[in-house]
Amino acid sequence: MEEYSTIVSGFGGQGVILTGKIIARSGMEEGLEVTWLPSYGPEMRGGTANCTAIISSKLIGSPVVNNPSSLIAFNEPSLDKFGASVREGGVIVLNSSLIEDHPEYGPTRVVPVSFNEIARQLENQKVINMVALGAWSHATEALSLEALQKGMKLTLEESGKGKFVEVNEKALEKGYAAAD
Amino acid sequence: MSKEALAEDTAGMEKVFDRPKSLNNQQFSYCPGCHHGVINRLIAETIDELGIQDNTVGTAPVGCSVFLYKWFDIDVIQPAHGRVSAVATGVKRARPDLNVFAYQGDGDFASIGTNNSTHAANRGDNITVFFINNTLYGMTGGEMSPTTLLNQKTTTTPKGRKAKDFGPPIKMSEMLSALDGPTYITRQAVYDVKRIDQTKKAIKKAFRIQTEGKGYALVEILSACPINWGMDPVKANERIKEEVENVYPLGDILDRS
Amino acid sequence: MGEKKLMRGNEAIAEAAIRAGCRNYFAYPITPQAELLQWMANHMPEVENGTFLQAESEVGAISMVYGAASTGERTMTSSSSPGISLKQEGISYLAGSELPSVIVNIMRGGPGLGNIQPAQGDYFQSTKGGGHGDYQLIVLAPSTVPEAAELTFESFDLADKYRIPVMVLADGMIGQMMEPVELPSPIDPSNLPDKPWATTGTNGRDPNVIRSFALGAENLKSINLDLQEKYEKIRKREIRFEEIGVEDPDILLVAFGTVARIARTARRLGKKEGIDIGIFRPITLWPFPDERLAELSESLDTVLTVEMNAGQMVEDVRLSVKSRAQTPFYGEQGGVVPTPSEILEEVKHHV
Repeated sequence: MEEYSTIVSGFGGQGVILTGKIIARSGMEEGLEVTWLPSYGPEMRGGTANCTAIISSKLIGSPVVNNPSSLIAFNEPSLDKFGASVREGGVIVLNSSLIEDHPEYGPTRVVPVSFNEIARQLENQKVINMVALGAWSHATEALSLEALQKGMKLTLEESGKGKFVEVNEKALEKGYAAAD
Repeated sequence: MSKEALAEDTAGMEKVFDRPKSLNNQQFSYCPGCHHGVINRLIAETIDELGIQDNTVGTAPVGCSVFLYKWFDIDVIQPAHGRVSAVATGVKRARPDLNVFAYQGDGDFASIGTNNSTHAANRGDNITVFFINNTLYGMTGGEMSPTTLLNQKTTTTPKGRKAKDFGPPIKMSEMLSALDGPTYITRQAVYDVKRIDQTKKAIKKAFRIQTEGKGYALVEILSACPINWGMDPVKANERIKEEVENVYPLGDILDRS
Repeated sequence: MGEKKLMRGNEAIAEAAIRAGCRNYFAYPITPQAELLQWMANHMPEVENGTFLQAESEVGAISMVYGAASTGERTMTSSSSPGISLKQEGISYLAGSELPSVIVNIMRGGPGLGNIQPAQGDYFQSTKGGGHGDYQLIVLAPSTVPEAAELTFESFDLADKYRIPVMVLADGMIGQMMEPVELPSPIDPSNLPDKPWATTGTNGRDPNVIRSFALGAENLKSINLDLQEKYEKIRKREIRFEEIGVEDPDILLVAFGTVARIARTARRLGKKEGIDIGIFRPITLWPFPDERLAELSESLDTVLTVEMNAGQMVEDVRLSVKSRAQTPFYGEQGGVVPTPSEILEEVKHHV
């Protein structure tokens, strides 16, 4: 696969950083080259947070991308900041729970999914990021649902959060289904 | 007197005084009346008496005692000015089995290295620190140090140190005694036999605190610099007793051992 | 080698150091290398004789390195640009006293407080002597996370081999980003060769002295000449670089660290547009691979240097290439990372 880059962006606390890490981890488990780069420093303490995950079958050059293949936007400021930068033929997965209207982005496909509502149905607001990731999997086909479930499981287990695997699996599935 | 004549002259006599084993045969290059030599000797005697010569590492300051490595028959490290406490910490943390002492002047300990000295004390690092306070920078030419007394003339306070310009003399031992970290802090002097005996006891105690793993020990020693004070050695000794001690009183300041 | 792990550069460097037998680590917190310090705080105490100490200051940390390295044990500190400036006193003393030690600089924007974004403004400081006196560090510049781990691991061997401080010079991007890493297997430091010069207590031998101090001009001259002789040996033996497509390219791009990996993407973009970009990446910034670069430049028109600074390594490039080729420079500053397409645009000005 050619370099496939994703910017994940939202408020601090929405699980943005972890979402990007799981993309990278899942890609790695699939035998791909991966990079993950956070925005770091004062902006992470409170305001918006974003990170860039790249997966590729070839050695990855720059971990910074100006025109990502896809964007996961958890909130409106994220869409404002990165929406127009997504490359032609790319995909924007956006959180329709928090983003009411969005402009057209020409040849970029926009996939609205209500991250918060679906998480609410699962009675766990913390899983909105896995809802988003499930939707991203379906909309982009960059990584399969199974690959992401595996990457998520390993990531959570290694950080001692194994008990949350089940609900996150469900969230991935629900998100995947919602992006249909 | 030739060696032969000396041997003949002293035949049958018991040897009651010798160089400590922890010093080698090099002659000190300190000025007449300087106290470094006495203090160096006391440290060496103590190392001998505690039987720790083989596993002691000394860290020396920049200044007149920069040459500790020339005189001591032990491993010596010569760090940057002011960094002696931090370097001693590095040695001790890497090799807790070694006895590590820091030897620092007032410029080193109380001025350029205050940050390092203070934090080594506050961490309660298991090291023995000797703080030689002669109230000025000796080697560079007698400039004011933070411990210079008020009205004391130095080459950078030609009219005497004024508090309004440079603040009052800093009392490191009292300052560090306000911390919860250190185990033992004492101030001593070596201008007469009685004080020399007391200093020796303090040095021994400070080393024992380390060998027993009890933490940070500081022995401040008021020291004479007759050349830069512009006095003969006897007057310099008197100055410590009559002037310096008034600002820096002798005795144990903190003892948690 | 073990399994692949997804790690941040800062973490991979820290773990590689522990696996290389580093048992003493002293540092002070600063962004963007904080994860390195945090990893050490968590993992150094888990290894036998492992010492982690958060120092009172950068100056304190490098002085503790001086003390611990004097005992012959493998010792490291890390920081980022402003902190490395503070450490320069200690670095000069380490070099003068010939103490093996490893210093990691995760560069950020400068001068002054600058910012915490990735930059390469410390090339001069690292390679031309940031402290006083005639000395050199071996300077290793990784361009990926796995390479950061690898070079950190090897830096301890280099430091021991030549009794020299080694600097691993990366930047905030490599420190912060994650990539899959295969870490080297840990070594047992007790199996390392003895260091007969170390201050470990005499135990019956003659005393050892660690110092950078020598009174008398002839005395110091002779010590300094010995240092220079050592540096010459390192120049002959330890130069490292990477070449990609350097056989007859339209242009040769010289870049180190982060910029070199961005240049790879620029090369790929260039290919699509029919421009053949060769890449020459110095891995040792000191010693600089001058002879090889000179050789390559014989058949080139243009050697373009790209850096995240106002033009520092380009001086070494120009000294190497001389008048054999054009030697333009393209740089970004202040934490701005050049993009592959920006580099390609610059290339187009020269081909």
